[in-house]
Amino acid sequence: MPDIFRYAGQFLFFAIIAVFVGYFSNQPVYRQFPDGMAQIKLGFAHGASRKVDCRKLTAKEIAKLPANQRRPNNCTRERIPLYIQLILDGKVIYDELLVATGLFNDGPGQVYKKITVPVGTHTITVRLRDTKRSSGFDYETTRQMVFEPNQNIAIDFKADAGGFLFR
Amino acid sequence: MLNLGALGFFFYWIITVSGIYVYIFFDTGVTNAYASIEYMTHEQWYLAGIMRSLHRYASDLLVIVVMIHMLREFARDRYRGARWFSWVTGVPVMVMIFAAGISGYWLVWDMLAQYVAIVSTEWFDLLPIFGEPIARNFLSPDALESRFFTLMIFMHIAIPLIALAILWMHLQRVSKPVINPPRGLAISVFALLMALSLFYPAYSQPPADLAKVPGNVGLDWFYLPLYPLLETLPGSVTWGMGICFLVILIAIPWLPPLKQARPAVVDLENCNGCGRCFDDCPYDAIDMVGRSDSRVFEREPVVDPNKCVACGICAGACPTSMPFRKMSKLSPGIDLPDSTIASLRDQTELAARGLVGSRRIMVFNCGHGPDLTGISSNTVGVVSLVCIGQLPPAFIDYVLSRDLADGVMLTGCLENSCDSRLGIKWTIDRLAGQRDPHLRGRVERARVETFWAGSTGKAQLGAALKKFSDGLPAAASRSNSKTEQTHTASKGKMDA
Repeated sequence: MPDIFRYAGQFLFFAIIAVFVGYFSNQPVYRQFPDGMAQIKLGFAHGASRKVDCRKLTAKEIAKLPANQRRPNNCTRERIPLYIQLILDGKVIYDELLVATGLFNDGPGQVYKKITVPVGTHTITVRLRDTKRSSGFDYETTRQMVFEPNQNIAIDFKADAGGFLFR
Repeated sequence: MLNLGALGFFFYWIITVSGIYVYIFFDTGVTNAYASIEYMTHEQWYLAGIMRSLHRYASDLLVIVVMIHMLREFARDRYRGARWFSWVTGVPVMVMIFAAGISGYWLVWDMLAQYVAIVSTEWFDLLPIFGEPIARNFLSPDALESRFFTLMIFMHIAIPLIALAILWMHLQRVSKPVINPPRGLAISVFALLMALSLFYPAYSQPPADLAKVPGNVGLDWFYLPLYPLLETLPGSVTWGMGICFLVILIAIPWLPPLKQARPAVVDLENCNGCGRCFDDCPYDAIDMVGRSDSRVFEREPVVDPNKCVACGICAGACPTSMPFRKMSKLSPGIDLPDSTIASLRDQTELAARGLVGSRRIMVFNCGHGPDLTGISSNTVGVVSLVCIGQLPPAFIDYVLSRDLADGVMLTGCLENSCDSRLGIKWTIDRLAGQRDPHLRGRVERARVETFWAGSTGKAQLGAALKKFSDGLPAAASRSNSKTEQTHTASKGKMDA
């Protein structure tokens, strides 16, 4: 084969590779979120009350303990589940018991949930029970919000900051 | 399809050099990362911008060559038996290449980075190993800290370095590994990358904004083809599939194990410890150690059966693989028990028996070469070997000087694509007199032909055989040669 054809063939081969690499390095575009929608992202980690209340140790019991292990209370590790509810425009869209993490259920309860909502104005209520009460909630926040396309509203929880945080 | 491993190294070095340059200008802060990359891309486009593009496109090409390299070795059944080690060590390298690339996309902190970061962390959060979901780091704009970028840049640098260390292990059972592509190929590939970087530079997507959900993202489909699946399929499915895939990939050399021929065996009685087998072994399966018998030679070869692929190249390199030996048993210093040099001579003589005419051709065919079914005739004899490198050059001399044929053709895999890595290269060097044992000068070169075509080259082989047959010198020329040989032999006797 004459050299010119060989070189032309090689040039064409490399050009095809260049086009292939250049194109697929960022095309075709992937639509990962639908148009006209927004998102609520509920995510937090919070430790609920202990399953068994701490018992105050007597002075005698404390004295019996090794010096480096003396403490005022004796607490079991296990925690109760968190109970969380998310209500959108009066309709419960998320209702879950969040079991405490850890091998002995002694860690925080966690949630990470994405909820897609249509754009527009919505009323969001979020509630959390983290104690052993049998009914009602320990924390509750209601907000009316205007959602724009592709907007992401994060709902976090920090007990120190007073409860739910809308970001 | 050739030099894929070497091209992989070439891309690795381009990525390293361009990455070091880009790192000089990169700011690892949440707000500054994007701005620093924009500066490189638009303000200093002539250097940092090109470096960024080289970094991106060389990474994409690295994925392509690594995947083809892997598929090719699998398709050619070069992942089992003694080759399991290279295969298994290649698996983590492949995973690390993806991990390094994905962490690199993260650093740009544009919409794609945001998408990659969230999908990746959500996927890892499906494993019950984190105290708190790591995806919470991307909950809202104020949740993200610059320290996360420090961690990512650390990973982006550390992972390729670990991969390089594993690559070193990957090559441990390969002697004389080719880690640099031929110069022409390297220049062409680099020119391709430069052209791509100049005419279609890598740009960032809009800056990341955790208050928004990225709608449309331009994915790098070489690194992120599975990300849409990670989002849509349940975590148990994606993790299950991923783990199963990796386990199968690692276990595949034993599913089922290769029924490999027995490894080469050393016969110390006939070995002078010259070390040619050691030099020529493509898989580092031979070691030279102190002599264990009472003979005067210093060293002896020892074959590691776990590394030996039974290609027979060592037997082809052994100077005692001399078919002319008739008085004593033909037993080379090193040989394959399942395909001995003595049996090769027997096959050669048998194949020559039916040949007639003045254009008789003896074809020595590598087991991975063209399919020679139906090629044998009364003018063409065929002898099959494990690898063409198994053929001692003395056999060519033997066939021609003993008038077993009028020409000898050596066939095998595609050139530079030898199934036993170095069989063709050593054969070419031996024929050219550049490597011991070399073809003796008395052999008329016009009567020796090579044809490298691989297993699918049967059609071309027919044409090549005809051309070779038509071009064979007249018998007179050979008679002269034979006379000359007789003189040489007589002289040799007298010298002795």
